[in-house]
Amino acid sequence: MEAFATLLDALVYTTSRNRKLALIAAYLRAAPDPDRGWALAALTDGLDFPAVKSSTIRGLLMERVDPVLWALSRDFVGDTAETASLLWPEPADAAPQPDLALAEVVERLSGLTRATAPRELPGLLDRLDTRGRYALIKLATGGMRVGVSARLAKTAFALAFEVPVEGVEEYWHALAPPYAELFAWGESGGPVPDLAHTPRFRPFMLAHPLEDGVVDLADYAAEWKWDGIRVQLVRAGGETRVYSRSGDDISATFPELLDVLPMDAVLDGELLVRGSAQGGEAGGAASFNALQQRLGRKTVSKAMLRDYPAFVRLYDVMLLEGQDWREEPWKLRRATLEGLMPRLPASHFDLSQLVEAGDFAALAAIRDTARDEAIEGLMLKHRMSPYVAGRKVALWYKWKRDPLLIDCVVMYAQRGSGKRSSFHSDYTFGCWAGDPDAGAELLPVGKAYSGFTDEELKKLDRFVRQNTVGKFGPVREVKRELVFEVAFDSVHASKRHKSGLAMRFPRIHRIRWDKPAHEADRLESLRALIKD
Amino acid sequence: MSPSFSWIRPEPHGIHIVPADAWVDPSRPVARALVTHGHADHARGGHGETIATPATLAIMKLRYATSQGALPVEYGEAIPLGGGVSATCLPAGHVLGSAQILLEHAGERVVITGDYKRAPDPTCAPFEVTPCDIFITEATFGLPVFTHPPIAGEIGKLLEARAENPDSCILVGAYALGKAQRVIAELRAAGHTDTIWLHGAMEAMCRLYEEHGVALGDLRLVSDATKDQMRGSIILAPPSALNDRWSRRLPDPVTAMASGWMRVRQRARQRGVELPLVISDHADWNELTRTIAEVNPQETWITHGREEALLRWCELNQRRARALALVGYEDEDD
Repeated sequence: MEAFATLLDALVYTTSRNRKLALIAAYLRAAPDPDRGWALAALTDGLDFPAVKSSTIRGLLMERVDPVLWALSRDFVGDTAETASLLWPEPADAAPQPDLALAEVVERLSGLTRATAPRELPGLLDRLDTRGRYALIKLATGGMRVGVSARLAKTAFALAFEVPVEGVEEYWHALAPPYAELFAWGESGGPVPDLAHTPRFRPFMLAHPLEDGVVDLADYAAEWKWDGIRVQLVRAGGETRVYSRSGDDISATFPELLDVLPMDAVLDGELLVRGSAQGGEAGGAASFNALQQRLGRKTVSKAMLRDYPAFVRLYDVMLLEGQDWREEPWKLRRATLEGLMPRLPASHFDLSQLVEAGDFAALAAIRDTARDEAIEGLMLKHRMSPYVAGRKVALWYKWKRDPLLIDCVVMYAQRGSGKRSSFHSDYTFGCWAGDPDAGAELLPVGKAYSGFTDEELKKLDRFVRQNTVGKFGPVREVKRELVFEVAFDSVHASKRHKSGLAMRFPRIHRIRWDKPAHEADRLESLRALIKD
Repeated sequence: MSPSFSWIRPEPHGIHIVPADAWVDPSRPVARALVTHGHADHARGGHGETIATPATLAIMKLRYATSQGALPVEYGEAIPLGGGVSATCLPAGHVLGSAQILLEHAGERVVITGDYKRAPDPTCAPFEVTPCDIFITEATFGLPVFTHPPIAGEIGKLLEARAENPDSCILVGAYALGKAQRVIAELRAAGHTDTIWLHGAMEAMCRLYEEHGVALGDLRLVSDATKDQMRGSIILAPPSALNDRWSRRLPDPVTAMASGWMRVRQRARQRGVELPLVISDHADWNELTRTIAEVNPQETWITHGREEALLRWCELNQRRARALALVGYEDEDD
């Protein structure tokens, strides 16, 4: 528990991705089995102990600490687990105790029920110091919040054992914590785990951006880049799962997709909800904004299923009925996919249509109309490309339509993190709510922290320091003087912002040192670009 | 409060000693002030007369470039203030020169702690428990979550981090008066004899400490160093300089902070601290409650900090207590 608690603490205080990777990798190399497997599961939210809730912990503290002192402390600290770890009364006869193995802790937590938890937890907490108690409570109640995504953990594993991250991705999802086979494979080059009958994730093939290039349409096929979320639908051993691009299992969020795939297969597609914004009238899809209603939910109401029904627009076939198609060229996989379509229920599947054009210039013209259909742009896929993990040069390209542009005024700036921690590199900008010369105010419309060079950042930082008119904690309010030309992919109505607008992927396109603030755009110009 | 103590009156801008018309740590200029210690929130400039320990007066002279109206008084030396009130400075263990002030009037005794701690500190005289009727205490860390660990362990963490980062440096944010010198003295006590690099704002105060007999070893200024000279070393700067442009001249600093607030993770994260060191010059919760019990006054008054929790503790322990609504004390950087 000591080593795990130390890791958790170090991760809390580390903002650098590389340092996080190094910390996790060092832990994975040093910790014994099965502790490290449990740690990996805990860091990636793969553990659940339903018998222990935040309220269980609060209840235990209430029996030991004055409720008023608890409330004042909890209020100041802002986190129940941390407050409890600090306030837990250390036993008077605090003789040094042998370290608890993480595996033993996990085993004891798994054996708890709502009734036994309040009796059993104190014994565990008594054996730990402040840091250990914090780790135990976080482990038991879930939600580590140390900024470790599944992807980061996999990368750390690959780094620790010098194995390809694609391999880690392949096996990870097939295995259950504490991942003994995964570590055996990583550590000693042991046999690849036998995973034929588990609905596991396979790494996605990704695309490079096509920048100022031209491709020959004899070699490349074009299809729309739909604006949903990329998913992998897997059925094996009678079970179907839905995985996101990062390899997270999101099956519970989309239950309607779990009993519609009639054969064992691994399919690549875009998850969309029904609507008319993408791909025309009947059978079309709604905008990304509508899909967002469905994302990130652990349970889904009937109303959600009815109002925002999900389906998958298929791009590719990776495995089908025992055969692995990934080595085969795209055109063969495409033919296989087209042949498969009649066997799939149209209620939940359709095919991503190819975009035919005489030549590249004609294709470019078609691409320019893509915004009207609220889609992101085009995909260009080499007709002979195998399905390989990650981004490989010259196989697949994404060719996004030129971004939308708008002139905004910088309103607030905040320091960045890591290398940028001494620079004000995060900017909030706004558009005029009316005529600025008639006294209209600016309303914030977005935030961006990319799109400028290091030299420009220095200059921006100087601007912020010299033009600060107010400070709110880490945020500086600046004089309404500087105009950014902001690029973004689309804009949607949003109740969360005072301006009523939310931009997708805003980034700074140009810094308009020359442009007076009152010539920046008004909200109405931005609102006119909504395509929902 | 019993009416016989009407000679001492807490006002929003300080504690007024009515018969002598003198103030303790007033936050605005007055004719006559008693100052507990040199931190800017307690020791303001511009008073007609300032009564304090010689070290506190030296610190104030450094800060305000004048010693006009300074009346030095040694620890333990009772001086008459007039109106039948006498005042005595007693060590508070907070920073160099810091004092509690014992006031006596018609057989009644009041102790004002200023800021204090009970943990040992090689840079100042230790706190003396003084029996009194009314004990006026600070409560900066007046929540049971605040327990400051022994400093040796925190200094150990700092030295360990330094050894693990030979190609970069450890930048420690520390209050320029008191905390910085204590950290340096403890590093020296732990056997660290290498050059410690300082932000320019700390130089004069360190020199003042050395003049008062606190040896700090080899100290040099960051502004005189090259990046390579500072690799593998420990650097001290005021907390405000941690994420400032100033720190760009340092070789890949690991950001540390020596403060009692570092006990709470989010506090450390908000400031971008990677190496939190729980080192405080204030009493922690256990020291506060233990001190009240040892002093055992008839009444406890709480000046500033998290007074609700300490009030609650007094209530639970059947002690009479009240919170004073004083303004102008800040301790964000401790």
